[in-house]
Amino acid sequence: MTDLSLGGRTRVDRDRLLRLLQDYGVHLGVAVLLLVNIAITPHFLSAENFRTQAVQVAPVLIVALGMALAIGSEGVDLSVGSVMALSTSLLSLYLGYGMWIALLVAVLGGAAVGVANGALIAFIGVQPIVATLALMVAGRGLAQVLLPQLKDVHDPTMASLGSGDLLGVPYLVLIAVALALLVAFVVRRTTFGRQLLAIGDSRPAARLAGLPVRRVLILVYVCSGALAAVAGVLATARLTASDPTSLGNLMELSAITAVVVGGTPLSGGRVRVGGTVAGAVLIQLLTATLIKHDVSPSWTQIAQAVVIILAVYAARERGKR
Amino acid sequence: MTVGTQSPVAPRDTVIQDEPPGATRSERLSALAQQHGALVTLVIAVLAAWLSFDTFMTTDNMQNMAVSSAFLAVVALGMTFVIVTGGIDLSVGSLFALGGVLAAWGSQYGTAVALLLPLAVCGLIGLVNGLLIARSRLAPFIVTLAALLGARGILLAVTDEGSKTYLVDKDSFFATLGQGKLLGIGAPVWITVGLFVAGAVVLRRTRFGQYVYAVGGNEDAAALMGAPVARTKTAVYTLSGLCAGLAGALNAAWLASGVTILGSGMELEAISAVVIGGTLLSGGFGFLSGSLVGVLLLKVIQNVINQIGSLDSAYQQVVSGGFLAVVVIAQTWLGRRRRVL
Repeated sequence: MTDLSLGGRTRVDRDRLLRLLQDYGVHLGVAVLLLVNIAITPHFLSAENFRTQAVQVAPVLIVALGMALAIGSEGVDLSVGSVMALSTSLLSLYLGYGMWIALLVAVLGGAAVGVANGALIAFIGVQPIVATLALMVAGRGLAQVLLPQLKDVHDPTMASLGSGDLLGVPYLVLIAVALALLVAFVVRRTTFGRQLLAIGDSRPAARLAGLPVRRVLILVYVCSGALAAVAGVLATARLTASDPTSLGNLMELSAITAVVVGGTPLSGGRVRVGGTVAGAVLIQLLTATLIKHDVSPSWTQIAQAVVIILAVYAARERGKR
Repeated sequence: MTVGTQSPVAPRDTVIQDEPPGATRSERLSALAQQHGALVTLVIAVLAAWLSFDTFMTTDNMQNMAVSSAFLAVVALGMTFVIVTGGIDLSVGSLFALGGVLAAWGSQYGTAVALLLPLAVCGLIGLVNGLLIARSRLAPFIVTLAALLGARGILLAVTDEGSKTYLVDKDSFFATLGQGKLLGIGAPVWITVGLFVAGAVVLRRTRFGQYVYAVGGNEDAAALMGAPVARTKTAVYTLSGLCAGLAGALNAAWLASGVTILGSGMELEAISAVVIGGTLLSGGFGFLSGSLVGVLLLKVIQNVINQIGSLDSAYQQVVSGGFLAVVVIAQTWLGRRRRVL
């Protein structure tokens, strides 16, 4: 926008380069990490390794998709980790009635948290950070009240969901890919998606244009809650255990990182689903690389913190109009 | 519904200030509820607990509660400054734990090291937070969320991946700072009270304090008036880091060891306490005494839930979260009412 009026060829080129880097830096990062790993990590190019990485990234990715919607509407959802814990508790409590009913209850639980978040934000006008913070505290507590300690999940269908595959591709990965495609479709091709972006861009303008702001906002947080619940179910299936105390801890951080690294601005009005997928993969690859080369967890965490800051720093120009 | 009432952040230029002279009765009532609601609730909660449990109003229980409140209160002190500027600091829980570990490690070299090392490190992390937020204009919650992760990484690095616990010599002067008593009241409580008095003076009576309010009320207006916006914001995050580090150090002195698993979730407790105390998350309005009341209220709730032996401690989180939601709803409602009237 500014480059046209300011003129100057070098300036234009630098601006364009900067924008390209901001938009596709995450893909570049993934490519660089892949190349580095192929060069220095033994056995990196095995199908088994790729499968492990993909299975590990699937829950984070699913949560990040919901987070991308929340951030696109100029909000944020801090309750996702607690929703995962809540869904694992509900799942394990209702597993006696059959897996599908348990699944349904778990996802409905997540959606209910989403309704509460959305109602606080849309009707009462509470800031998204605070509203979802309240649900984050309460949700984790509720999950632990429902299921005080770790419990094994003995269910053949759940076990096959967690470790089975179709044509060599694990179910977890297939589900994550399907959900990513679905969210991409919703954002680009549906009225709801357009309304969400309009609201994220400018809420007063969206309201003046007659959009159903409150309904859309509630739906956004319901989507985020439901997706987090699905991620909780899948993580439970993979671990074959319900652990409401630790499941989803710091998940909000990983999800926000994936979204932000993927190029979705925190100021709203834009959702990049492909970037979010790449962002989740980037974080996963980075962590895996550090762990495979025996870098201690402490330095892995510090490295993640630095990557987050760098990503947000690189993205900050985008927010300015 | 008017346009202003639905925006995610309360419009900054309409944030509540001191009472205008011609305020109506319901406006005054709303203001009173906002400023003293937490105190009234605290009194009711204490009375209810006193009547329900014989073990509540005992000297031991009171002393324990006062000391364990002290650490959270010090963290909430820094958090109040941050929230009044309209920001948020999610890194305090990690900094609290880091401060404790550094203090316990440093205590082998004497009290000065045990106090200065955590203050220096946590203050530095706070400073970096502040610079990134104020100078590079990054979103506070994401910067401090990254700091939460980074500080925990540093903590793991200095404790051999969390497997090592440094102990504090129980006869040292440093341990006295945590365990000592004066007039029957624990040393951390005295320190906390002193800090709150100093903090209240700074916030209410100094130029810096006025800048903090001005930045939170309306950043652009503050900048136009000539307030050093970036410096003020940097200062509050540094202060918050210092407070968290000091609280961690005092906690280590009290426990006589640097426990590595402490502090997770403390940022939420501190934010809850500040908000319950009547400070607006949108910035520009708040007071330290409210944060202190908020801390006490949370600790009384926690104590009551512990007294009901059959209740899981997880209920405390449910109650705190629900309570936070109710307070935020009430605040928004009161604020809107006063704006509309």
